[in-house]
Amino acid sequence: MDYFFELFLGGLTRGSIYALIALGYTMVYGIIELINFAHGEIYMIGAFTALIVASLLTMAGFKGLAVLALSMVVAVIYAGAYGFTVEKIAYKPLRQASRLSPLISAIGMSIFLQNYVLLAQTSDFLPFPSLIPKFGFMAPYEPIFSSSELVIVSVTATVMVLLTCLIKFTRMGKAMRATAQDRKMAMLAGININRVISTTFVIGSCLAAVGGVLIASHIGQINFYIGFIAGIKAFTAAVLGGIGSVPGAVLGSLVLGWTESFVTGYISSDYEDVFAFLLLVLILIFRPEGILGKSRAQKV
Amino acid sequence: MRRFFCITVVAMMTMALMITGCAKKEAAKEPVKLGVAGPHSGDLASYGIPTVRAAELAVKEINATGGILGRPVELLVEDDVCKPEVATNTATKLVSDGAVVVLGHICSGATKAALGIYNDARIIVMSPSATNPDLTQSGDYPNFFRTIASDDMQAMLGVKFTVNKLGAKKVAVIHDKGDYGKGYAEFAKKYLDEMEGAEAVLFEGITPGAVDYSAIVQKIAKSGAEAVIYGGYHPEASKIVTQMRKKQMNTFFVSDDGVKDVTFIKVAGEFAEGVYASGPMDVSDLPMYKSAVEAHKAQYGEDPGAFFKEGYAATLALLNAIQKAGSTEYTAVEKVLRSEYVDTPVGSISFDAKGDAIGVGFSMYKVVNGEYVEQK
Repeated sequence: MDYFFELFLGGLTRGSIYALIALGYTMVYGIIELINFAHGEIYMIGAFTALIVASLLTMAGFKGLAVLALSMVVAVIYAGAYGFTVEKIAYKPLRQASRLSPLISAIGMSIFLQNYVLLAQTSDFLPFPSLIPKFGFMAPYEPIFSSSELVIVSVTATVMVLLTCLIKFTRMGKAMRATAQDRKMAMLAGININRVISTTFVIGSCLAAVGGVLIASHIGQINFYIGFIAGIKAFTAAVLGGIGSVPGAVLGSLVLGWTESFVTGYISSDYEDVFAFLLLVLILIFRPEGILGKSRAQKV
Repeated sequence: MRRFFCITVVAMMTMALMITGCAKKEAAKEPVKLGVAGPHSGDLASYGIPTVRAAELAVKEINATGGILGRPVELLVEDDVCKPEVATNTATKLVSDGAVVVLGHICSGATKAALGIYNDARIIVMSPSATNPDLTQSGDYPNFFRTIASDDMQAMLGVKFTVNKLGAKKVAVIHDKGDYGKGYAEFAKKYLDEMEGAEAVLFEGITPGAVDYSAIVQKIAKSGAEAVIYGGYHPEASKIVTQMRKKQMNTFFVSDDGVKDVTFIKVAGEFAEGVYASGPMDVSDLPMYKSAVEAHKAQYGEDPGAFFKEGYAATLALLNAIQKAGSTEYTAVEKVLRSEYVDTPVGSISFDAKGDAIGVGFSMYKVVNGEYVEQK
């Protein structure tokens, strides 16, 4: 039973990590039906920014929570600016093009950003300081669940609630929903859809940066390539939960995290990815819109 | 950020200048073309770039004294990103560009993929780092040589050390599913099973690049293993060790030369302390080694990285063999490689019938105060 509980907590952490990235995928898809493959790279850029800022602050004599807060803020702003620019450069000019063009543009952007960071920084793995302060748990749980894991899980939960509120109750949220439903009608109703789309990209990118900083701090290392695999897994999770749905992205991520954790624990880590993607295939066969996705009638 | 970028640009420009400079001066004589293949970009570039630098330094010295066979040596540097599917392209490119001999590749998987192409073209290949046993022992690649000892020797050392020196009887064997890591782990399991009183309680492959390894770490804890033997490279090893230590597990961690890299200590930090990793024997007292390292420091302003000395040794062995054979013809060069000893930064070496170097071996190292210390 204890072993089960440990695996459960491990899967919960892993799922929350995926969720922080998956939220960005799902929001962008919900609004403009584009799979933003450069999203994983924004996550990576957020982590790199935090590393640079944190090193500078540590050199300047800052300590503890101040370093975490400041580097988090700078990373979020910087990644938000990246998300904004990427949308303006790579997707906006292609808004009227066929659906394949922005997808390819997204893949191109992803490869460009990876190599840009590779050249500007280094190909080596870099140590990332553990910014999240350590605090203890009760004796039997201490080795199982650390402070950084708790922070990741609770941040994911908070972010999900805040995002849902934003979409449900604010003016911007209303505009987002309208744009998602019918872009042309929203425009005719006086909604500035360019601003809505930009805002969505910026919010998604900021979340990715939060994820990047927390995860890098939890794992303790980064390099230019981390965005790729994390991005693929988060994308899978978003599809699993129903792409376009905020709670769906979180649920899908948790399901994916638990699947991987339990398969490793009870079967073999050799089959971790096999079962994770088998689950995806099964869900897509029996519920093509994902766990919490809404099926939408396609206009022909 | 800008500084790194500037350094890269300047480095690229100086490299381009060096090559064009050489070409102009010796236009009259056809150069001896030495192919250099390995990962020069991507996440494993830290394994490939030291070999390129080693070849550059060795060739610079040789060219300064008149080259070989009275001809200058020219480097053809090609990137294979450590990926088998790219390595075949790299090999084809080197063959069509007229490489006489090839230094590389770096990763075992990429080497294996490329070897067939070189064999068809009758080109001798010498790797400073590909340690997969099959490369020499299968007999499929008569054109292959290496200046590093093979994985089965390394796995034998790892197992003997774990069981006899550390006293661990229950061992978890973990690998990264790659040619190199899995090969090492399979040998480790085989030797553990053969050993009296020792057993492999776990044998599993993890997914490289995964964001989190807590499940496998918990599984290791549950298996009751007293030691972990890991086959693979340093990025995963540092993540696993970090998570193990954070979960307050003091299990011994023993690994291979994919982990014995300064980047491992840099990344894992305090958690690297007490980790064991095998690597090529310490040759830091050899005069040739010292002068090669000093040349590297003078040129690049830093200590050389992984496989630098093996790369330097392979360059010298190849060029020396061509010089002594008096031609670049395949059989003549091969005969010299297998029969004559050459002085290199890894000691005086020759090659056996299979292509393994005679005179090199492995030792076990332990991380103590942020440095690898050889265990006698």
